[in-house]
Amino acid sequence: MKPPQDGVVFDRVSKRYGDVLAVDDVSFRVAKGELVTLLGPSGCGKTTTLRMVAGLEPVSEGRVLIETTDVTLRAANERDVSMVFQSYALFPHMSVLENVCYGPLSMGTDKAKAREIAHAKLRTLGLAGMESRLPSELSGGQQQRVAVARSLVLEPKVLLFDEPLSNLDAKLRRRVRQEIRELQQELELTVLYVTHDQEEALAVSDHIIVMDRGKIAQQGTPRELYEAPASRFLADFIGDANLIDGELSGGAFSAGGVSAPVHSGGTASGPATLAVRPHRLKIVDAGRGPIPGSCKRAAYLGSRNEYVVATAWGELLVFDDDANDLRARDSACALDFDPGAVILLAR
Amino acid sequence: MSTAVAASPVFVPAARDRATAWIAAAALAALAVVPWGLEGGASSLLLALRGQVSHVVLAALAAAALFCAWRGLDRGTALAAGAAVLWTFAAGFAAGPRGTSFGLGAAIALIALTACFARAIARRGAFKGDPTVATIVVVIAALLAAFIFFPVGKVLSAALLDDTGALAPRLAAQRLLASDIWEIQCLTGGTHCGVAINSAVLATLVGLLSTFVGLVLALVVQRGGNRYAAVTKVMSILPIVTPPFVIALALVVLFGRTGIVTTLLNTWFDIPRSRWLYGLPGVALAQLLTFSPIAFLLLHGALAAISPALEEAAQTLRASRWRIFRTVTLPLLKPALANAFLLGFVESLADFGNPIVLAGNYEVLSTKIFFAVAGAQHEPDRAAALAVVLLGLTLVAFWLQQRWIGKLSYVTVTGKGDSGLNAQLPPWLRRTCFGLAVSWFAFTLVCYAIIFTGGFVRDIGRGDMTLTLHHLSQGFAIDPSSTATMFVGSAWDSLFTTLKVAAVSAPLTAIVGLLSAYVITRHRFAGRRAFEFLTMVSFAIPGTVIGVSYIVAFNVAPLELAGGMTILVLCFVFRNMPVGVRAGVAALAQIDRTLDEASSTLRATTTRTLTRVVMPLLKPAILATLVFSFTHAMTAVSAVIFLATAKYNLATVYIINRVEAGEYPLAIAYSSVLIFIMLAILLAVQALVGEARLGRRATPMLAGGG
Repeated sequence: MKPPQDGVVFDRVSKRYGDVLAVDDVSFRVAKGELVTLLGPSGCGKTTTLRMVAGLEPVSEGRVLIETTDVTLRAANERDVSMVFQSYALFPHMSVLENVCYGPLSMGTDKAKAREIAHAKLRTLGLAGMESRLPSELSGGQQQRVAVARSLVLEPKVLLFDEPLSNLDAKLRRRVRQEIRELQQELELTVLYVTHDQEEALAVSDHIIVMDRGKIAQQGTPRELYEAPASRFLADFIGDANLIDGELSGGAFSAGGVSAPVHSGGTASGPATLAVRPHRLKIVDAGRGPIPGSCKRAAYLGSRNEYVVATAWGELLVFDDDANDLRARDSACALDFDPGAVILLAR
Repeated sequence: MSTAVAASPVFVPAARDRATAWIAAAALAALAVVPWGLEGGASSLLLALRGQVSHVVLAALAAAALFCAWRGLDRGTALAAGAAVLWTFAAGFAAGPRGTSFGLGAAIALIALTACFARAIARRGAFKGDPTVATIVVVIAALLAAFIFFPVGKVLSAALLDDTGALAPRLAAQRLLASDIWEIQCLTGGTHCGVAINSAVLATLVGLLSTFVGLVLALVVQRGGNRYAAVTKVMSILPIVTPPFVIALALVVLFGRTGIVTTLLNTWFDIPRSRWLYGLPGVALAQLLTFSPIAFLLLHGALAAISPALEEAAQTLRASRWRIFRTVTLPLLKPALANAFLLGFVESLADFGNPIVLAGNYEVLSTKIFFAVAGAQHEPDRAAALAVVLLGLTLVAFWLQQRWIGKLSYVTVTGKGDSGLNAQLPPWLRRTCFGLAVSWFAFTLVCYAIIFTGGFVRDIGRGDMTLTLHHLSQGFAIDPSSTATMFVGSAWDSLFTTLKVAAVSAPLTAIVGLLSAYVITRHRFAGRRAFEFLTMVSFAIPGTVIGVSYIVAFNVAPLELAGGMTILVLCFVFRNMPVGVRAGVAALAQIDRTLDEASSTLRATTTRTLTRVVMPLLKPAILATLVFSFTHAMTAVSAVIFLATAKYNLATVYIINRVEAGEYPLAIAYSSVLIFIMLAILLAVQALVGEARLGRRATPMLAGGG
């Protein structure tokens, strides 16, 4: 088996604005044909990172490689990358076809040829028949697809997405992200994708890079990040989590005088934080589980019941997937969990 | 691990830069075939072959620049091109007044070599490595240096240096503090005041009165609802199409010694005829009528920006209408009032057209400067000293505006659309304002009526109202049978020159102004703030000062432009440029920046982004700038009165000359023709733009929805 080829190499890159370090010594690789997401709260440096790959911002330190070419000192128009912008940035004074032809014409392709490949890309994206419309005459979803077609038509080595779904409504967002993922897998595109939405990141990515305050907090597959977050920040940022500070000794975790069995894995005994996903907690009748408590809040949400249970470990959020009857408020209950389904973080 | 690149926040274009080489080749071609000097004749290369050392050096440097550019030796290109430009100026000025004046060949070569220099330093890392931005900034800065800072600097030095060219502080102080500039006898019972004091008194008076009138009109219009929307439109067009001396002409016809009103008062009430109009009262009245529309527009905008919620809040706190006006509305208007005052002050200082017609013995700086240059005793040193004083007063006013109003400004517009109704004025105040506004309008209307009828009656100045086309035909007669020219009227030449100069300078103004706006708003580079300041400076320099500067600086080799048409064009381009910059900056703020970035990631060069994305979206701003600079070139007087000649006369200067010769009817007829032409242009453009709005291409989705 040959090792995967690099699509993007980001090598010890920093970005300084005056005294502010927006991106701090960040390195990562995107393998060819892979979709990698930069995920993080706003201001974490993910968009700056993307713009440095695009060549819209020069790096302060470090190197950027596209496949094997060092492009650190190349401006955006001399890099083999394309970008889909958050606002789509469709040229409002040009028709859909003129927008899609813009890139090939910039590269000196002759007009007939440019039109031909533009038509082909528009067909691929289901936009046939829209060629002569103006961007303002399209729906949000259509504008987004034109933006993708306009970037794809150059067949770039790397395609960049900057929060491409944030201008779409919730239903459309789900559909479009599937379309992007299917297109990427079908055409084996190398994609770097920026979002602040962890669910979106989990849904589309091969790999996720979580950034926090200019640094990489953790990277891995969606499953790795969800099942084995490396810190409180990550456990809390990706998916919901109950975080409990306590003591790990032997095979039990204790806090507030109540202890429960856990699989400690490699975590050494001592002060630790237990992270447990709400749907991993089971709500049972009082006395049937290790953690006694009472239902402070209960809500019926259709696909599940949601409880907030007051316990010696604090107030814990619990999703009860069974179509059980909703428990009464302030009724006594207990919580139980599979000792292997929790995450232990050393403090 | 790899070695990190040294902190180098720039992009270096990878491809070899052929464009620079082509520009260098163009410079060399201009040196080879285009006549170098102003009078035509030999090209630089021919002069070099004839053994002129300076041209041999220039040719060698240009060739070196071309060679280095072709081989991609950017440092060499920058050095050779930069040296070539410096050498050309050094050699030109060293040769002194008897040297060759720069002509077309020199102009092309200098601009091309400057562009080469800019592109080469960009490739070495300046301007974030963007050759297009570098070219725009360096070439425009060089032009500003040559056509604003060099001439104004020369006037400053003329005021500060003695005949031998040495710095002479005592002489300078003598000139600048001369008693006929600063004496204040008139305030203490004497007869005369210094010309600077006169100007300052007039400017203060006009500033106060025009602010007051502007406020009154703004209150009536803005608080009167939509009824008066037409008023706003008329007021925004009037100052654009009115040459600055037109009101003064109308006042002479009304209140001069033989004026209509004077005669009526004399026959009816036996009030003796007098020359009260010629002096402070007349100039102040004319300037008040001329400049209050500007104050009105400013205050109207400020009133509209006051959130109704603030006044409604006061109302719910039991304040009476007068109390609301006094404690909420008026205090919030303070910055705008201060602004309007300073604008009126500055406009009055710079005004030339009204004082030249009406000032009489009341001397003000702008006309005094003119007479020091053009008068019987030719005193350029004195003109320079007066120009320095005028510039000083203007800059102080602008400085005050920046310092004081910056701090005063209250932001009353929030992002949310505040609905609600502005408070009503107290009834007595509303009635007073309405009365004043109506009288102001009636008076203005009478003035314009005078202008539009005066040209078509025998002698309106003496009350002879017999209809005649005599004046019009004197100026604009057409004789199809004539062999030499069919335009035999005496005014045709000046009208054609004016239209030609306006037509050439308008697109140049738009290009220079909007390109400056583009680099200022869209690119970050070292010195951006300084560049922005440079582009706006000429706005603060009174026209008279520019006129004197051009005459002083550009009458000898190597920059010998006086007497030609080029100097008129240059004067308009660099005086009107700030308006283009402002229009461009405002328009670009509306266009999402990611459009530029998208273009860039789609492999477009900065030049392609400019021509294909930015310029098409800037169309409205381009049009506005074109219209403004065209009409402004047609109405300007103060600067060009120094520069127009018998051969290249301009409409406004021709009219002023007729006024000085006492030929009022012809002057009035010509003024009405000018106003008609400009109104026609404005309306045509509005019709065109209006149509474009209906077209499907004019509803741009500017921000893409983000």
